[in-house]
Amino acid sequence: MQVFKCRVISRGKARGKIIHSSQPLSFLGGVDPDTGKIMDINHPLQGEIIKNKILVIPGGKGSTVGSYVIFQMYKNNTAPRAIICLEAEPIIATGAIMAGIPMVDHIRPEVMDILAQALEVEVDGDNGEIKVFNH
Amino acid sequence: MYLTGEEEKMYQGEYGETIKKSMEILVALGDIYQAERLVNITSAQVSGVSYKTIGDAGLEYLEDLARDTQARTRVASTLNPAGVDLEKWEELGFSPEFTTQQHRIVEAYGKMDVMTTCTCTPYLIGNVPLKGSHIAWSESSAVAYANSILGAMSNREGGPGALAAAICGKTACYGYHLPENRKSDLVVELECEIQGTDYGALGYLVGQTVKEGKPYFKLKNRPLNDNLKGLGAALASSGAVALYHIEGITPEYKDALPEEADDTLFVDRNNLEEVKEKLSTTSLKPDLVCLGCPHASLEEIRKVAEILKGKKLKNDLWLCTSINMKTAADRMGYTKIIEQSGGRLVFDTCMVVAPIEELDYEVIGVDSAKAANYVPSMCGLEVVFDEIENLLDLD
Repeated sequence: MQVFKCRVISRGKARGKIIHSSQPLSFLGGVDPDTGKIMDINHPLQGEIIKNKILVIPGGKGSTVGSYVIFQMYKNNTAPRAIICLEAEPIIATGAIMAGIPMVDHIRPEVMDILAQALEVEVDGDNGEIKVFNH
Repeated sequence: MYLTGEEEKMYQGEYGETIKKSMEILVALGDIYQAERLVNITSAQVSGVSYKTIGDAGLEYLEDLARDTQARTRVASTLNPAGVDLEKWEELGFSPEFTTQQHRIVEAYGKMDVMTTCTCTPYLIGNVPLKGSHIAWSESSAVAYANSILGAMSNREGGPGALAAAICGKTACYGYHLPENRKSDLVVELECEIQGTDYGALGYLVGQTVKEGKPYFKLKNRPLNDNLKGLGAALASSGAVALYHIEGITPEYKDALPEEADDTLFVDRNNLEEVKEKLSTTSLKPDLVCLGCPHASLEEIRKVAEILKGKKLKNDLWLCTSINMKTAADRMGYTKIIEQSGGRLVFDTCMVVAPIEELDYEVIGVDSAKAANYVPSMCGLEVVFDEIENLLDLD
């Protein structure tokens, strides 16, 4: 197990399988809140489901209504369990807090590469740590 | 970010879940924007009201918050326009399904003591912050007005962030809350006098050029309050302008000019006419004229009543305003004049946030550059941008 420090954006703890992309994601229009499927045809993860996964992305983009989409996904049980970003921006950060989804950022770029390969991680939004499990 | 002892208690949940969650939002935003601390605010203005925009998710979020009896605003707080006229929705053709959900959203805000006036011009109805006061406003045109014309200090808050600020009475201290960030970065010099829709066209042109910049205008003539309402709305919609200065007019202009102000944008009559042509998507006559973006002042309502007095309208007319102005217009007799000519005073909503694409209109006439910018993309309808006198088709 490897442990990495990070900055806390939204508190709470969650463990799960990784879904990773090096492209930013817009929740409004980019994700279907009924299924958790990525709809944005220009996104490398198009067609993938983020429900119950640990979402690892560089950051967010798009409309501020995206915060409400994340909350809608939480209500529909289609939300990711936790979110890890290189650099958080207000839309996803606000949405994660509204929905009570743990979220952290400010990880080093090389940690991003390790996460891309990892099978399972735990996001500890209370202590600012990411634990990586590789078996 | 530094928190005071009291703020730490709020953040740790000693005052309940809603205050805890609201503080979490403020602290996260503060961290993202590298604020060193929070600052106490005196006023809030909350967007994210129309059901068309925030949907069932927004509705559920607000109802969840409103259930917490400690979720009450701590400062004067007003609400942005809703998706329907909350009283005359049926006459205007809005569906009962949409309206029911819209009422629930507004009621949830009301429970939290946000004043449910539903207007984008809070500064016309008594939410008037003093110069130098910190505030958390989210309607972009109102933020531009508060920063520029009133000299209050606000960032462009998102809806949930502004509500969190209202509930905590605080916001993160960064951006426009810091005096050093309030100086202009570009001079805009007018080469002609301007009036009417020129102000919106100017705002649209400059907003596109400066994006998030802070323009410093040198005008050839003195504007009215209502002109600046339209200028700021256009600046904030084609760009993301939250603060501008006008030489000799706005309260901070003397300290606003950058030391090296060699970057000057000159604007002449041709530039303005070009923008106006671009903002219209058709040359057809509008079947619905929508005025009041941002919401009309009483003076603007009076001017429309003067044009319409004793005449009949061939196209439909919505004059959008706040319920406060509507009430004053009723007493002044303006409402009656407008209604007798076939027009309507519409309150609580506007052409940008209402689902007008569900009504049977094809071409919308507007005198607002902001509305001209949004109506084609948000409603999928054709738009004509022109002076009020030219839009109204009179018998």
